[in-house]
Parts: sequence; structure tokens; C-alpha cells
Amino acid sequence: MRMNFRTLSATVFAATLLLVASGCKKKVAVAAPPPPAPKVEAPPPPPRPQPPRIDTFTAEPGSIERGQSSTLRWAVANATNMSIDQGIGAIQANGSRQVNPGDSTTYTLTASGAGGMETRSVTVTVNAPPPPPPAAEPPKVTISSADILSRESQDIYFDYDKSDLRADAMTAAMANAELLKRIFAQDSSFTVLVEGNCDERGSAEYNLGLGDRRATSLKDYYVQQGLPADRIKTISYGKEKPVCTDTNEACYQRNRHDHMAPGQ
Amino acid sequence: MKTRDITVLLVAAVLAIACTFTLAGQADIGGTIVKGDRPVIAVADVHGSGAAQQYMDTFNKTLWTELENSGQVKLAPKTSYPLVVPQQENDFKPPVMFSEWTMPPVSANYLAFGYTAVQDNQILLFGNFFNVGQSTVQSAKVFENRYYGALSEDGAKSVARQFAADILKQLGIPTLSGTKIYFVSDRTGYKEIWSMDYDGSNQRQLTRYRSITGEPAVSADGKLFAFMTYAGGNPQIRILTTDTSRRQTFVNPVASAVGTPEFTLDGKNMLFAATADGWLQLMMAGIDGGGMHRISNVHAIEVSPRVNPKTGHDMLFISGRSGHQQLWRMNLDGTDREMLTSNVGDVANPSWSPDGHHIAFCWTRGYEPGSFNIFVMDIADKVPVQLTSNSGRNENPWWAPDGVHLVFSSKRGRATQLYSMLADGTSVRQLTTQGNNLQPVWAKGIE
Repeated sequence: MRMNFRTLSATVFAATLLLVASGCKKKVAVAAPPPPAPKVEAPPPPPRPQPPRIDTFTAEPGSIERGQSSTLRWAVANATNMSIDQGIGAIQANGSRQVNPGDSTTYTLTASGAGGMETRSVTVTVNAPPPPPPAAEPPKVTISSADILSRESQDIYFDYDKSDLRADAMTAAMANAELLKRIFAQDSSFTVLVEGNCDERGSAEYNLGLGDRRATSLKDYYVQQGLPADRIKTISYGKEKPVCTDTNEACYQRNRHDHMAPGQ
Repeated sequence: MKTRDITVLLVAAVLAIACTFTLAGQADIGGTIVKGDRPVIAVADVHGSGAAQQYMDTFNKTLWTELENSGQVKLAPKTSYPLVVPQQENDFKPPVMFSEWTMPPVSANYLAFGYTAVQDNQILLFGNFFNVGQSTVQSAKVFENRYYGALSEDGAKSVARQFAADILKQLGIPTLSGTKIYFVSDRTGYKEIWSMDYDGSNQRQLTRYRSITGEPAVSADGKLFAFMTYAGGNPQIRILTTDTSRRQTFVNPVASAVGTPEFTLDGKNMLFAATADGWLQLMMAGIDGGGMHRISNVHAIEVSPRVNPKTGHDMLFISGRSGHQQLWRMNLDGTDREMLTSNVGDVANPSWSPDGHHIAFCWTRGYEPGSFNIFVMDIADKVPVQLTSNSGRNENPWWAPDGVHLVFSSKRGRATQLYSMLADGTSVRQLTTQGNNLQPVWAKGIE
């Protein structure tokens, strides 16, 4: 719409009237403003205390392997009380502390003062170390039951054409029995073989039986002494495995014997 | 009658009687052998022509030895023969000159003669065997055969053996050819079972366990042999075939020792020793080991069962029952136990003759322990006869199938070897030489 000068003047005149009219309704009388109060100068407030400031709180290194240590360092300002948790306690404004946490641990530094309180945390991450190499154990010197038997058992000797234990063989037989008790007690899988032998003079066929009798005779003795029959085997070698071949009584006696050997 | 005539008659009569008596000590001139006497054979030297001549020494020695070794003929010594011997039938010209063979000093019943020649590069023997007790050549000729062999020492031996075998066959005498001896030898470093021919040839290894193996026994038909071996741990019995060593099933009892196997005559069962109640006892089981039952039941070692080959139901064995190791006999069911030796020394290794009339064994009687000698005994009179003496340690006697020879082991130096001999202790021949050889059993060959 084209506004011409006449329309515009009219609009301004109407608006002014409205404004005056509205003002007029609120106030009845317009009082003179009071004289300003005499200026009283309030003392300037004391400077507000500065809040504590934790400039530095670090852990170096931030990541360790279990067993290693890390160092906490801090620098605090504007605080009267400073402490770090996790058992460290009160601290000075600047300092450092070595820590050896077993697991990942977050340390919180609390600094407080008139100006307030400030905290900061730092975490030391603890990694499980690689498994250590197995400790080099010193070599164990173990003696097998077979070795013990070999070293400590005694051969039992017999008279010609006989299989009963001689009086002079009893001591050796008893010692063997005690030895076997010891070995059986500490080795639950060990069995023993009693080998019966003869001298070369009798026939091979009869000596098979005589060697068998000699082995059985000794086994019976061991069983009487309390040893378990199922852990004692017997075999006869007749005259097939002589320990010597001279044709004299000394060699014959050596061959008429029972020998203790490890069982299979 | 004149006195001179009577005297002549008397002298003639006496001479006639004397001649009769002189000849009566020999076999009947008529050619029949009086029972119990051995026939006397004269064995003329055989000559060869051409290339055969060089082997005739070997031939003649072999022929003599083969006939002598039969043990059942008597050979007239060559020193008693006439200077000229026949080579062929036509050499006997009428009147037939047999008397120089039948009369003393030769006094033979039979004559073997012939000659050799070379044909097609072979030795050819013309062998004649005559009964010189007959009066004509035709009736005297028992046989005339031709024999061929290689033109060599072995060929000469071979034709000699064939000729001897035919002579023995004509006289009804069993031959050893074809029989086998099974024995133990350690020549490989381990005791194994071996076999060989009756004269020690063809020695063959039958087991290869590389352990301790021994105590062989052979079945009556010659097809199986059994033995004891440590190859499986404790001593146990195994059975193999004699031709191919193929194993047969035998389930051993659970015992600390099993040994000395022996087949029963029918081959269906096995006798053996096995530990029971702590003593080696005699057992019987099926041929595969099943159904085992105990035969002996004493607190003594009993071993080496040997079945009577004639009856099949009694056996010999060795027992310590009497306090000494002695020879016993009992039935296969364990009844009628009887001790056969006099309870002194040690007895071992009993063996039967094929006819069941004689036994052989070794014994230390009269000597110290270990000094064994070979004895034979007539089972009827039980009188032991010692065959060896002062010649080492003699054990394991075993009768040959001909009932006349024995094989045995003897330690006459460093090593133990096998020997054969006649059952009277003569004609001892060594059969083995390598390693130690023992425990022989003599069986018929496999047909």
C-alpha cells in the first residue's frame, strides 16, 4: 500500500495518544523522586581465598608388571591439607612416592584449603607378569628298587642234592627278607624273582627240578616271614646258567645257589 | 676082517666124526642159519677197471663198515681168504670151488663179490651175493645186481651202501638208513634242537629261539617233536612238525617249571613233568595240553617219563623218592610203582629198545657224582650191564629203531659229542664235532 505523508502522520498521532492514555491510568499522581541516600562506602571485601590447585599428579610408569613399582609425583598449591588415599596418607605440597600395588590401583589426591577442595586421580595399571621360567631344580639322585636289590641282596647256598635252607644260610635269608620288606614298602609295583641253580654234576632233567625246589624253598621262607606271595616269583635254571665252570668243589658250591633278581 | 682093515675103518670113522664136529661149531653147511647164530659173510675185495680203480679203496672200506655196523652179521676176516677171489659168476668153474669159502679158515655162509667199471662216465658196480653153502652156482646165487653212482669218492660210497643194504635186506636185517637222530646243540651259541642222519650226515638246525632249548622227544610216527624251552620265560613245552618246524598248539599248565615231554604211543597224549605242590611231578595231558591230570603224587622230584614202545601203557622214569635219583617203572595211570636200580648213586635218561625187552640208562654207580656210564638191562632179569668205562662222562643213551644200536652223549675232552655204538658197547663211532651236542633221540624217518 502506498503510504502517503498524511496517513503516516495520523498513525504517529494515534500511537502517542495511546501511550499517554495508558500511562495515565496507572498513576494518579507523579511524585518527585526522593533525593539519593548519602553514599556509604562499604569496605572492600577481603580477597576471596584461592581454591587449591593440583598442578601435577602423575604415576610413572602408568603401567607396570606385578612386582614392579611406579612413582607418584605431585605438586599442589593453595592447600592446607593434602593426602593421597590407598594408604599413603598426608603429603607435602610437592613430592613423590614409590608404590608397589599388587593390582591395578587408582590413587586419589585430595587437596583442601580455605578455598575449597580439589581432587585428582591417577591409575597405575598392573599387568600379570609372564609366567617365570621353571626353576632349575637340582637333579635328584634316585636309586631304583632293582639297584637296591642288586647291591644289597645275598645269594643263598645249598648242599649237594639238597634244597632245604642250611643253618648258615639263615642269616642271609633273614637279611634278604628284611631288605624285601623295605623295598616292597616303598615301591608298590616291584616284584622279585628267585632264581634256583645247581652244580653241573647231576643230569640236566633232574636239576631242572632241584633248582625249582631251591627257589620254592626260599620263597616259602620269605612268605613265612610275612612277605606277600604274589610279589615273589620263582624260576629254575637247573644247571643251564653256571657262574663258573671249574671242576672243583669251590665252583660246585658257588653254582648251588638261589639268586634274587627283579621280577618282570 | 683083518686088523689093518679095521684100523683103517676106525681111522676113517674118527676122521669123519672129527670133520663133523669141527664144522658143527660153524653154521650148518646146508646154508640154513641156526637160530641165534649170526650169518658169516666173506666180503671179497672188489676191483675196478679204468677210472674206477682209484675209488675202490673207499668202496671196499665202506662196504665192510656198512655190513659190520649192522651188528647182526659176522664178517670173515680178509686175511683168511684165498689169494684169488672171484669177480663174476663165471669165475666159478666146475667143480664148483665153494669149499675154499665154506671150509676153515674162512668158514663163511655167504660170499659178496663183484667188480666195477666205468660206463657213461659213471661208476657201475656188478654186485653178487652167493650162499656158498649150496652146491651149484645157480642155487647159490642169491642176487646179482647192477648199481650206478657218480665217478667219485661219494659215488663209490653210495654204490657200496646200496650193495650193503641189499645184502642186509636179503638176510632180513633192518637198516638204519632213513632214520633220524634229533638232538641238542649249542654250536650257534644257544642250545637249539637239531636233526641228523644215522651216520652224522645232514645236520640241520630245527629251532631258532636263541634261548635255552632242550629235552627233545619224537612221536611214534616220526611227524612231531616236542621239547622244553625258556623262550617264553619260564621253562615250558612246545611241539613242532619234524618236516617244516611248524608249531602245534600245546597249552602249558601254570607252573614254575614244565619239561621232559614224551608222546604216548598213539600220539594222542603227552606225558611230562610240571611243578605241583612245590615239586616236579609227572603229568598226563591231551596232545594240546588240555585235560591235564597228575600221575605222580610224592614229595620228590620225578622227571623223564619214557613210554614202553611195545605195550604203550607202562613207563620208565627217574625219581628222588628213595633218597637217591633212581630208575623206576610204573603204569601210565600211576599204579604199580617199582624201583629198578639198587638205590646207590644217580641214575638218569632211561630209554626203551623197540621190542620193549631192553632198557638203557646212565648211572654213576661205582663212581663219584657226575661220572655217568651207559648201562643196558634186560627188563626181565633186571641185571644191569655196564657198556662204557674210563671214557669221560657218558649220558643220554637212546636205542636205534633197529634195536641193536645206541646213540649217546659223551664228554671225552673239552666238549660233549654224540656217538653211536652197538648195544654190546663195541663199534663206537663219533657222529658230531662242532660245539657241544647232547640229549639225542633216535626216531624212524618220516615215510
